[in-house]
Amino acid sequence: MPLLKVEKLTHYFGGLMALSDFRLSIARGELVGLIGPNGAGKTTVFNLITGVHLPAEGNILFEGGEIAGLAPNRITALGIARTFQNIRLFRDLTVLDNVRTAFYAQAGYGAAEGLFRFGRFKREEERIAGKALDLLGAFGLREWADEQARNLPYGLQRRLEIARALATGPRLLLLDEPAAGMNPNEILKLMEFIRWIRKEFSLTILLIEHQMPLVMGLCERIVVLDFGATIAEGTPGEIQIHPRVLEAYLGGEAAP
Amino acid sequence: MGKAGRGAILQRLRDLAASRHAAHVCLAAGFVLSFAIPRFGLLDRYVQLILMYVGINIILAASLNLVNGYMGEFSVGHAGFMAVGAYTASMLTIAVFPSGASEWLFPLAVAGGGAVAAVVGLVVAIPSFRTRGDYLAIVTLAFNMIVKSVLENIDAVGGPRGVLGIQRLTTLPWIFFWSVAAIWVIRNFVYSNQGRGILSIREDEIAGELMGVDTRRVKLLAFVVSAFFAGVAGGLFAHLLQFINPRMFDILKSTDVLIMVYLGGIGSLAGSILGATIYTVLLELLRPLEIWRMVLMPLMLVLLMIFRPRGIMGMREFRWFVPAREWAAAVARRRGERAADAPAEG
Repeated sequence: MPLLKVEKLTHYFGGLMALSDFRLSIARGELVGLIGPNGAGKTTVFNLITGVHLPAEGNILFEGGEIAGLAPNRITALGIARTFQNIRLFRDLTVLDNVRTAFYAQAGYGAAEGLFRFGRFKREEERIAGKALDLLGAFGLREWADEQARNLPYGLQRRLEIARALATGPRLLLLDEPAAGMNPNEILKLMEFIRWIRKEFSLTILLIEHQMPLVMGLCERIVVLDFGATIAEGTPGEIQIHPRVLEAYLGGEAAP
Repeated sequence: MGKAGRGAILQRLRDLAASRHAAHVCLAAGFVLSFAIPRFGLLDRYVQLILMYVGINIILAASLNLVNGYMGEFSVGHAGFMAVGAYTASMLTIAVFPSGASEWLFPLAVAGGGAVAAVVGLVVAIPSFRTRGDYLAIVTLAFNMIVKSVLENIDAVGGPRGVLGIQRLTTLPWIFFWSVAAIWVIRNFVYSNQGRGILSIREDEIAGELMGVDTRRVKLLAFVVSAFFAGVAGGLFAHLLQFINPRMFDILKSTDVLIMVYLGGIGSLAGSILGATIYTVLLELLRPLEIWRMVLMPLMLVLLMIFRPRGIMGMREFRWFVPAREWAAAVARRRGERAADAPAEG
């Protein structure tokens, strides 16, 4: 059984078709790339999978169960986490609180215990703080723990966003343009980093990226979207010479 | 006095403010004073009355700060919850509790006013699931107006004339107790799992939801806690003034609380205490100016918004209002870093 199976997914913005009859199947442990020109519908796929938008049609099965129509926080609790194309940290909160917030669903105490500080409150808060700090340590962010997220350098903000996503305890991680704004050297480091988190947290990863060196060097399989429809799917080698992909990226007749 | 002497005194003061001990001493002293002041007439009755209004306004400002400051919504109908609490508590002491026992059952009456206000808060929270910003402001504004006109049309609570003959049961110790309770519970809320949830709504609601926060649940909780304490403030207010009518709880009253919150600073309990105190005291001090104070106060607010748009405290917190464990953990982390930065010896 695939970890994620998307069938006949269709979505409109107003009268505009953003995605039509999209299909995708990801096996456990895979690292899949989703590419395509600007406006092809890549982020829409992420928004539909994570419940930000409700699909007009289609099914999204995660570990065999239907998740289309569930609230975003329920989907996250089932084991899907994501980052954002334009970083969306809790900017005025500390780095530590950014990560602690993502433990929300795993906190084992209720509202009354929190309001009056009794019962499981103390033990659970210590556990959450400990796990959050461990995570920050593993990401080299521990020394920034008490800094406001807005004060972090750009690269560390990207890293914090991934750490925050991992705090929710996902099995499937969706990365939306993780290399945006990075230079070739930083991209090489990011590739190492993505390989490392995949192994360390036993993740399945679906990533959107425009940086071809990263996509071609990292992904085992690539899906190409254009105008809301899949135009190609295959290994990096196959995609690089696929005529429809060249046409979508270069426009018009692709030179052989 | 030399510069060094002054520096040493400042340092002493800073250490004092830093110590947890001092906070507890102040709390105990405040409690003793709240009994001693009326008992031995340490302050004249007028000043005592102002102190009690300060306390009521602290409860109102802190509870509104939860929704407007920490959660980042814009509720403008806080006086509506206050009215529900005031009327409920008054009806309890006048019509429900046996007249001889009212004094002993007063805390129950106040809590009852808070509880009914909390239930109403639950209802008002529901539109906040789908509506944000300006639109939620309009919903809460409408709520405030509805409460007022409903009360004006119920003859059992005096209609537009309101309720007269309420016993004077609000005392300085009760004001002190309820203010401390409100600050303590709201602080606990902010520094809990659910509290991080409401902060995430202010920062980025969608991102919060995608990180697993049950935004509906924490919004309900914030509105309920906020309304509860507004109701408590209403109950205390009614039993201090001894008469209430619907006009006391109109939009202007809500605006007063908004001013206190934004003057003191959003997202800060120390800010709400400062805002409520400064606003209440200043209005009294400016009384000789008569109508001109209604020009001066808004003018001050305009200037404040220009020079300090986030209020006096603005998202910063005085350390007495940060839970001891949180503070200690942060200090320990900072020490650890410094130790790691220091060159190895030997």
